[in-house]
Amino acid sequence: MRWLRSHVALLAAVIAGLAAAAQAEESFHIGRAATPGEIKGWDIDIGHDGSNLPPGSGNVERGRVVVSEQCAACHGADGQGGVGDRLVGGQGTLAGAKPVRTVGSYWPYAPTLFDYIRRAMPQNAPQSLSDEDVYAVSAYILNLNGLVPADAVLDAKTLAAIKMPNRDNFVSDPRPDVR
Amino acid sequence: MSERTIANRERRPSRRHFLQAGAAVAGGAALGATPGAADTGNLPPNIPEWMKAPGAPMGDQPYGTPSVYEKGVVKNISKTLPQYLSASGRTPLQELDGIITPNGLFYERHHGGVPTIDPAQHRLMLHGLVDRPLIFAMDDIRRFPSQSRIHFIECSGNPVYTKPYGKTASDLVGLVSCAEWTGVMLKDVLDEAGLQKEAKWLVAEGADAAAMTRSIPIEKCLDDAMLVYSQNGERLRPQQGYPLRLLLPGFEGNMNIKWLRRLKAAAEPVYSREETSKYTDLMPDGTAREFTFTMEAKSIILRPSGGQKLNDTGFHEISGIAWSGHGKIKRVEVSVDDGKSWQTAKLQEPVLTRALTRFRLPWQWDGTPAVIQSRAIDETDYVQPTLAELLAVRGVNHYYHNNAIWPWRITANGEVSNALA
Repeated sequence: MRWLRSHVALLAAVIAGLAAAAQAEESFHIGRAATPGEIKGWDIDIGHDGSNLPPGSGNVERGRVVVSEQCAACHGADGQGGVGDRLVGGQGTLAGAKPVRTVGSYWPYAPTLFDYIRRAMPQNAPQSLSDEDVYAVSAYILNLNGLVPADAVLDAKTLAAIKMPNRDNFVSDPRPDVR
Repeated sequence: MSERTIANRERRPSRRHFLQAGAAVAGGAALGATPGAADTGNLPPNIPEWMKAPGAPMGDQPYGTPSVYEKGVVKNISKTLPQYLSASGRTPLQELDGIITPNGLFYERHHGGVPTIDPAQHRLMLHGLVDRPLIFAMDDIRRFPSQSRIHFIECSGNPVYTKPYGKTASDLVGLVSCAEWTGVMLKDVLDEAGLQKEAKWLVAEGADAAAMTRSIPIEKCLDDAMLVYSQNGERLRPQQGYPLRLLLPGFEGNMNIKWLRRLKAAAEPVYSREETSKYTDLMPDGTAREFTFTMEAKSIILRPSGGQKLNDTGFHEISGIAWSGHGKIKRVEVSVDDGKSWQTAKLQEPVLTRALTRFRLPWQWDGTPAVIQSRAIDETDYVQPTLAELLAVRGVNHYYHNNAIWPWRITANGEVSNALA
């Protein structure tokens, strides 16, 4: 009887082992490990809190130069817009009949400016600006909106510290909101 | 022409179409002395020209294209856009039948042009809050167990709330299309990397010049989200994300990231430009709704619809499409008396979740002016609202998620136009 019991226990252990093996096989073992270097090259998104902002800095004056060379054709030298979005002004218009949505009036987070300029601008050559120039262009646009002074130098810390005027005006999805 | 009870003037083969068609036929088959004569010379009791000589040989079209007489059925692309790199082109919905959009007519929206990507050099990186950051080549992705599912994709601005409203169904809601997608369940790929419990969002990024980026709630990623590589049986078209796109059934189009190159598991959304300054919905009080993902139930009559003409009184089939990001269409109701009464339309099987559903209603037109419209009810019992109801809550600057009922006006001479324009 004891013999039988021990064999049953052994059998149960074997079955459990097989089940565990089967479970492990649910992993397909497809793909290969991404190296830290590969991830660093592609991991370009910047958190709304400024996380993942790179080293470096840029000032308003340098931003003015870069904008005139790289951005003004579409956005205007003063960010007034054209083929590209208007970047400046509109504060206080969002509840009006003709809201003007710009970086200054609408965008909730300043680090998003760095993220977007670096990943997508200028439209004809995205990801071509140096991190320093991206900081500089961000500083210039924020200065045009009256959100940083003319002598501002932006880096990871100072860009993340800016509180955008419209930050608290976003609400979650309440739909269905009709019927 | 009297045999056609309904005709779209733009589409009807014209004399000029015929000339172009004749010139396009390889080998120059005898097409009759004059197109005018051929217009009637091919009708009974005569022998049609195309029976008197062999047609085009095998291999004439290694990749088949529509008849030369269907040249007018193309994407509806405005000629007056401020620019064409971040732009959209619409499906000519009123020219199509069934629920599947042909790949060449699937609507397009891109934010930095359409990249030409060598699939051998394309990679998907999966990193962030995962146990094992991974990189997949396209061959790797295709090794996962595959699935084929039929789903619509719809742009969230389809249409906007402000005038001028479009003339045709395509002008109005041509930023929706439907296809059979083949790929792998995103969950299977995430399991491979081992999602950590703090991971509540996936930040998805495209390999286009916009590096288009959206944050996706993890619940959706583990539910019905897919990584797709084929559309209606063939590889994705470049305009649809070749070689790999994210498919989020029922979510607004721009979140279905095309040319997908990266997925980053994160505790919070990234609040990218596309989910803060764009694709947020401004309310009359100046607040804005964010993360409004789901496309609510909607329908539109395509036949008869704006720009078409009823040439005769009597029988006409009313036909259109309905869809809901919340699931299946439960019922479509049609009114032919300016909303006074509603009849239940017949739904074409199969009725699939988060897919276009074709509805039809037989109708006798007595030749008097009429306003016809449809409204969709989905499986959550949500009823498609009127434009007035939406505007009362959301105002005109909401921009996205307009799923209003859209009525068509038919005049005594049979011309169909936008009743709200």
